[in-house]
Amino acid sequence: MKRTRLLKSLGAIAALLIVLPAAVIAWQWLRPEDRGMANPAVDRARQLAQGQYLARAGNCMACHTTRGGAQYAGGRAIASSFGTLYTSNITPDKSTGIGQWSADDFWRALHHGRGKEGQFLYPAFPYTSYTGLSREDSDALFSYLQSLPPVARANQAHALRFPYDQRMLLGLWRALYFTPQSYQPDTRQNAQWNRGAYLVQGAGHCSACHSARNRLGASIEPLALAGGVIPGLQWYAPPLHGGADGLRDWSDEEIAALLKTGVSPHAVTLGPMSEIVGRSLQYLDDADVTAMAVYLKSLPAGAPESSTPLASAEPAEAERIMKQGKQLYGTLCVDCHGGKGQGSAPDYPPLAGNRAIAGPHAVNAIRAVLNGGFPPSTAGNPYPFGMPPFGPQLTDQEVAAVVSYLRNSWGNQGGLVSAAEVNRYRSVPLD
Amino acid sequence: MDYNRFMRLLNKNVKGTAALVLGIWMACGLAAAAAPEAAPAAVAGMAERMAACTACHGKQGRATADGYYPRIAGKPEAYLFNQLQSFRDGQRRYPMMNYLLSNLSDDYLQQIARFFADQHPPYPPPAPNEASAAVLERGRRLVTEGDPQRRVPACVACHASSLGGVQPGIPGLLGLPRDYINAQLGAWRNGDRAARTTDCMATVARALSPEEINAASSWLSAQAVPAGYAPEPALPAPLPQHCGSQPQVQAQR
Repeated sequence: MKRTRLLKSLGAIAALLIVLPAAVIAWQWLRPEDRGMANPAVDRARQLAQGQYLARAGNCMACHTTRGGAQYAGGRAIASSFGTLYTSNITPDKSTGIGQWSADDFWRALHHGRGKEGQFLYPAFPYTSYTGLSREDSDALFSYLQSLPPVARANQAHALRFPYDQRMLLGLWRALYFTPQSYQPDTRQNAQWNRGAYLVQGAGHCSACHSARNRLGASIEPLALAGGVIPGLQWYAPPLHGGADGLRDWSDEEIAALLKTGVSPHAVTLGPMSEIVGRSLQYLDDADVTAMAVYLKSLPAGAPESSTPLASAEPAEAERIMKQGKQLYGTLCVDCHGGKGQGSAPDYPPLAGNRAIAGPHAVNAIRAVLNGGFPPSTAGNPYPFGMPPFGPQLTDQEVAAVVSYLRNSWGNQGGLVSAAEVNRYRSVPLD
Repeated sequence: MDYNRFMRLLNKNVKGTAALVLGIWMACGLAAAAAPEAAPAAVAGMAERMAACTACHGKQGRATADGYYPRIAGKPEAYLFNQLQSFRDGQRRYPMMNYLLSNLSDDYLQQIARFFADQHPPYPPPAPNEASAAVLERGRRLVTEGDPQRRVPACVACHASSLGGVQPGIPGLLGLPRDYINAQLGAWRNGDRAARTTDCMATVARALSPEEINAASSWLSAQAVPAGYAPEPALPAPLPQHCGSQPQVQAQR
């Protein structure tokens, strides 16, 4: 009797652990898909131009190209918490690229996150954003990619840990975090706002970096753009909403300037955002970047992340750190960034009130001091000023002191940074 | 009419004086309408823009006492431009350089190359050298004579008898830290550094043993840099082997 009961409960557990997930995966696999309506191109030249524009807006090339490699031939390693993914060849090569794909296949990838054979795609390919694209834009993008020179370069298998290497399990992930959905215009808003929303949520896939991710790699509230540390890259992407810790104090023109030129009166780009401005955003129409700015500023402020001190210190110790930081600042930083951290925009950004410095995460300030960096060369700022790397000449403790000083001067209230925190970023890959 | 295309055609086809005179006359006329693009004006404030470079490469690119980061001041402009492009596009691997240059345009890299090629700060005396006399002598022979039996060319055959390098693409070899020279030859051997094909330095580096590399770098880094040290305008003889980084016109004349 006892044994039967045991078997019964084991059976129930098995049902829960195996049958239910299997059912969810099967549902994901079999659910009917909106195939959209293929748009026969009336004007092919116009369609190609539209596709090229969208490829830039989505910055497809950045991920689908290795450093110095053939454009769109894939192979760039994307670091994640689950292992390394390698981007695919999206040139029209018949055997290694997407030369055998149809516009329907491409729409399926973009809108439904599924490959040519129906396999679930890993969401490192941001189909959770691209699903918002219209069928017309998907077709234009596809036509453009098909017009590129084919490059024979075989795709490299992802190097993911178990169980993340089991593609089928993405069925569960999709059930939790993904709904195919084209962008639905908000009729209470004007055309400009809706255009901005379409670009930010869709092709621009801003939430891929500017929303924090949960343990399973899904963006937390992707539409809120509340900012977060990018897991694989280890840079902090600040909030993009209209709140005080977001873009409240930025005018539309200032946001547009950052997006088009990489520099602005408030901040300059460094790290991944330099790449995005340099290869993508600088090529967008003024009207489009302005629309993005208008949309972003309209987003409601979230609860700001609390800026907890990373290293708690006794008052005497804090005083010593600040004193050392001030001294280093006076030697190394003051010539460019000024005695009050006011900088000299746009070449030398202000440090007072700079979200990347005083925000809840010190990583950007630490990495800027360690490795320096350049905003991108853009039409509006072709010869950017560079921030020197101080990593080779300063100890971890010195970097911690100067960053602590920046984070707690001129009205900044960011908390102290420890030498251990600095040391962690010395070994983060730069590339 | 497209001015650049016109000039290219002109350069290709000019045969006689008449055509040349006509060309100059026409070019003058066109130049009045549109400034030629061959030499873009230097950018103001380059020294300030280059703070990210001079942090490691020293004021004006003169190197620092740290013993690794090389001097970049006064190197041939095309050589510097090739290196900047190679770092940006990954043919040369050094994470800090790859990172810093990632999003800079060819136009800017050209300006950076020209700026540092035009800097001529004084050279410091060579760093103290611990190599034995035998090692230094072996290095001297490799640098000045090569190893004809193994068809290893002498450094001086391409880098000039002064070792000051040759315009536009061959760098000078004096005034560099031993560790830096060792690292470069090592990088060529294992593929972390590659130049334009034919990558002659890869061939040379692979032909050398680690002991030979160390001997050559020890001797080179022990030499005082003579007054007037600078890249030569041209070599007296053709290069001993084809080199993708150096246009061959002058050598084949």
